[in-house]
Amino acid sequence: MKRGRIAFNGAIHEVRPAGQEGLLRLADGRVLREDEALWLPPVQPGTIFALGLNYADHARELAFKAPEQPLVFLKGPNALVGHRALTPRPAEAEYMHYECELAVVIGRQARNVARGQAYDYVAGYTVANDYAIRDYLENYYRPNLRVKNRDACTPLGPWLVDAADVADPMNLALRTLVNGRQTQAGNTRDMVFDIPWLIEYLSGIMTLSPGDIILTGTPEGLVNVQAGDEVVTEIEGIGRLVNTLIEDNAN
Amino acid sequence: MTRRLPAAYLDANVNHPFTGFTPPGRVYGVVLNDLDSLQALAPAFADAPYKAPPKAPVMYIKPANTLAPSGATVTLPPGARRVQVGATLGVVLAAPAARLRADDAMAAVAGWRAVADLSLPHDSYYRPAIREKCFDGSCVLAATVAPAGALRPDALRVQTFINGAQVDEWPLSRLARGIPELLRDVTAFMTLSPGDLLLAGVRWQAPVAQAGDQVAVRIHGVGELSFSLALQEGKA
Repeated sequence: MKRGRIAFNGAIHEVRPAGQEGLLRLADGRVLREDEALWLPPVQPGTIFALGLNYADHARELAFKAPEQPLVFLKGPNALVGHRALTPRPAEAEYMHYECELAVVIGRQARNVARGQAYDYVAGYTVANDYAIRDYLENYYRPNLRVKNRDACTPLGPWLVDAADVADPMNLALRTLVNGRQTQAGNTRDMVFDIPWLIEYLSGIMTLSPGDIILTGTPEGLVNVQAGDEVVTEIEGIGRLVNTLIEDNAN
Repeated sequence: MTRRLPAAYLDANVNHPFTGFTPPGRVYGVVLNDLDSLQALAPAFADAPYKAPPKAPVMYIKPANTLAPSGATVTLPPGARRVQVGATLGVVLAAPAARLRADDAMAAVAGWRAVADLSLPHDSYYRPAIREKCFDGSCVLAATVAPAGALRPDALRVQTFINGAQVDEWPLSRLARGIPELLRDVTAFMTLSPGDLLLAGVRWQAPVAQAGDQVAVRIHGVGELSFSLALQEGKA
């Protein structure tokens, strides 16, 4: 099952796909076009984890060796926005790029979970676009929050897809299109640390709770994006997440 | 101006599944925000991996699993026998805070809370310290929030006690960014929400406590907290 969260007509609703591309259905049966809804992130987030350098090709692209330990960083809820939202791009920034990532949503409290049981703790999956503004990278707790935890710079959605409906999350094609042109392509099978490994690792460090989200990293294919660009991050069977960049002159 | 505390403090029915008490909002901290750390590390900043002194606040997140009430017993992660006790002042946000100026930042503050931010000792600040800073119970919060008012944060002193003996005292006048400047620089790119807690910074070479110790943190005029440290069972 796929579930989305939207605001519509002054209230928040859980919605489902209505069968036909681009349509969605409210619980009371009303059907909307997806552009009539204001999309929210499909999950109210607990702790948000993200992985850096978790695809070997992407690590090479950034001139890093794939790590022996995962590079994990955290985000706050301020970073999240839903499907079809606008993301501000600082006017002064020289290099801002998207990152198409499979997001794993935890469904049960998890502590010291072994790899073999890890999928039992997954509620479902969604798509994340983990934008980074490389101008603000500093070598302290890198990637630092100013790069990765900016307001509205992590689109998430549109749907939370039940784990039971995803036969093999470690074999999904992902890609990014900028203004309709494909700029990034990969497959989740190329993760350095796969989903069961990450759940074992993180739950060995700390207790995970329902609503926690793990963004599992991105493959190669980074391109600088500009205000006005439409960026679509898409994962096979999970969803197609649309975002548009707007100029931010606040700084 | 008096501000009401966020409702999260008042709703005792909302318990975090792990810690069993009402968490505040999100908790953010900063390292390298004291003059002594900056001075001690200045020679290292030019070298790899840092290559330049820090510009923005060096932030980290203490996620929900780390939050523990005063009085808690904190179990050390497997293999760990000691922790650094980063005794500090938590700034409790009253209102959504974005793009604050230093001169209006204090209006967003609901109050102050004593906090013990525990870390496994680590020498490198290059990568996010998840294993070192995010273990269960590693952020102990005082029971009370002192309302913002006449109290001047830069006049406060943070005391740490281990097994009843004072082992440390540091004045918040040693912060590199004071509270208004810290709020300005953090909210320049991220919005803080009512109930969120921004930790002011920990001192250079904070005291180290070990399994079996009783630890207390006191900020006169703000509040105090205590906790004990235990080894992971079967790891003694």
